[in-house]
Amino acid sequence: MKRDELELTVRLYRSLRRIRRVEEEIVRVYPSDSIKSPVHLSIGQEAVATGVCEALEPRDVVFGSYRGHAMYLAKGGSLPRMIAELYGKADGCARGKGGSMHLVDVERGVMGTSAVVGTTIPNAVGYAYALKHRRENRIAVSFHGDGATEEGVFAESLNFAALKQLPILFVCENNGYAIHTHQSRRQATLDICTRVRAYGIPAETIEDGDVFRIFQAARAAAAAVRSGSPGPRYIECITSRWLEHVGPGEDFELGFRSREETEAWRKNDQVARLGGMLPAPQRSVIDEAIEAEIAEAFAFAEASPFPPAGELLMHLYR
Amino acid sequence: MERTLSYVDAIREATDLEMARDAGVVLFGLDVDDPKAILGTTRGLAGKYGGDRVFGTPLSEDAMCGAAIGMALAGLRPIHVHIRMDFVLLAMNQLVNMAAKTHSMFGGQEHVPLVVRSIIGKSWGQGAQHSQGLYPLFMHVPGLKVVAPSTPYDAKGCLAAAVRDDNPVMFVEHRILYYQKGRVPEGDYVVAPGKARVAVPGREVTLVGISYMQVECLRAQRYLEEVSVSAEVIDPIWLAPLDIGTIEASVRRTGRLIVVDNGWMTCGAGAEIVASLAERMQDAPGWKLRRMGFAPVPCPTTPSLEALFYPNARTIAAAAFDLVKGAPQGWLPAARADLKLIEFKGPF
Ligand SMILES: Cc1ncc(C[n+]2csc(CCOP(=O)(O)OP(=O)(O)O)c2C)c(N)n1
Ligand SMILES: [Mg+2]
Repeated sequence: MKRDELELTVRLYRSLRRIRRVEEEIVRVYPSDSIKSPVHLSIGQEAVATGVCEALEPRDVVFGSYRGHAMYLAKGGSLPRMIAELYGKADGCARGKGGSMHLVDVERGVMGTSAVVGTTIPNAVGYAYALKHRRENRIAVSFHGDGATEEGVFAESLNFAALKQLPILFVCENNGYAIHTHQSRRQATLDICTRVRAYGIPAETIEDGDVFRIFQAARAAAAAVRSGSPGPRYIECITSRWLEHVGPGEDFELGFRSREETEAWRKNDQVARLGGMLPAPQRSVIDEAIEAEIAEAFAFAEASPFPPAGELLMHLYR
Repeated sequence: MERTLSYVDAIREATDLEMARDAGVVLFGLDVDDPKAILGTTRGLAGKYGGDRVFGTPLSEDAMCGAAIGMALAGLRPIHVHIRMDFVLLAMNQLVNMAAKTHSMFGGQEHVPLVVRSIIGKSWGQGAQHSQGLYPLFMHVPGLKVVAPSTPYDAKGCLAAAVRDDNPVMFVEHRILYYQKGRVPEGDYVVAPGKARVAVPGREVTLVGISYMQVECLRAQRYLEEVSVSAEVIDPIWLAPLDIGTIEASVRRTGRLIVVDNGWMTCGAGAEIVASLAERMQDAPGWKLRRMGFAPVPCPTTPSLEALFYPNARTIAAAAFDLVKGAPQGWLPAARADLKLIEFKGPF
């Protein structure tokens, strides 16, 4: 590997591995009921947020959904404050008021996540409008699922973004399902990008979950968006959710999909793949650092106090 | 022996009976035919009545609500299900600007026999966007009916009444009520619009509890027995049309009212009840009242603040005690195991 290739691989591996291990730790801790909050995990989908966020600048902003742990971490959101948020603690990124579905870290460009599907898509569009209006050299990114593309607001947002040629990158994390319902039972044509192109927005699909390919596509799209012309871009990343829609377990026993369906994706696991590309000593240094960081974050969350009663009525208005 | 059913099964049975009785009844919404079947309330119905009458939809609440109105105009009787009341907000234009107005705006020529089922969430980190009790928004709009049954018996009877009603009905469920069991007769019956129920008769204070808060009021009534206060508990059941007469008769006897809303108080169902009584009881001397409801903020996820966000049996009992005594007494009943809150703990 050339040096810059190795450096990229290290960065991507660290991000992938860190997200995977954080969520595995959430799964491990979950039965203790310290996390009194629903969690929508991204295990299996890490490559999308990792590849895209690696292509962004720190000053760029991202908007996402309740399945937002990966996006938050990949964009640089504070890990200790995220875990404290899941624990409902005062040091959480939303002071314990938002929980797993409402992660935010404005300093790092994580503008927030919503539990109502599709809701943040137009928010990202509006942010992009302001960036263009002020001639700022930044871009906005909207992360959303395949299900969100069925909401009316998706179509309305694409139209406005294209009409105003806004500096926005749309990223669809297509895991094939909305809860337990396959895309083919919800959409007459599965080709989301064809629909997007009808609005005049260049769009491409990355079928295989390859984190390098996602990174390259995002880097090219971000560069185009940043140059101000020709406005918005759309990337659809096919991916696979390995755990249940919400919660720490699996969902194969429900019968709506089989474990085999995820098997090809597990064989193509980007965490393992990139780990294997690194020399063992270098990899274990990274792994150990991640473990230490995670242990510290959970200890921080445990030690943080619950918000005091006086917090209840605070932060309603500015 | 009386038959007992859960709230979930009462809803499922009412839907089943109405679908069997009337071939025009169709049931749809996100996930109504998925393995979890809207927490069991639609279980088995897709198999029994087929995919044309029972189907899951795309994530398109606005369009599906509008389509439901179109189906209703064509003579079907749609039941549109939302697993959270918060998601109904996406369909607000269709509900408020079309469903509510069609009959009147078109001079009585058309009508919209539509039922919109939605579930209010509570506790265990549901948070700001999965816990809202938004039924007052719909009470505000002429042309919509609103019902929030709190018992399995009423759930079945009200859903049957809603399906048979020729007008749009917002059918409001509560996640925590799903765990309730109660008497539910077999076969057909309706709990008709516009009639409240005196759940427990009493003398000194009237407790009106809406939706899940009815359960907390019933527990508060038991706590109040500890301090020899006799509380009357009323379940309005239907919020529009609202049976204000039953509440008025009670308050005229007890002279005291506590309305406990399962939502925010400002412009809430409790506000409407209190305002109506104030108008009707201008002749009654010195009656006292108190409203309770959610804290006036979005619902926080952290358990430490969520516990303060909701009224509960003990805080209701304490407020009622103070009202009866005419001054703060500093009494808060010790929590009793037999009156424990039903705790909801995942899955979502
Ligand atoms: C407006 C709205 N409708 C319904 C829901 C319930 N719901 C939560 S997640 C979800 C599936 C969304 O699927 P997708 O957009 O593909 O995201 P994924 O969960 O697969 O990441 C649904 C229907 C919701 N949260 N918001
Ligand atoms: Mg999906």
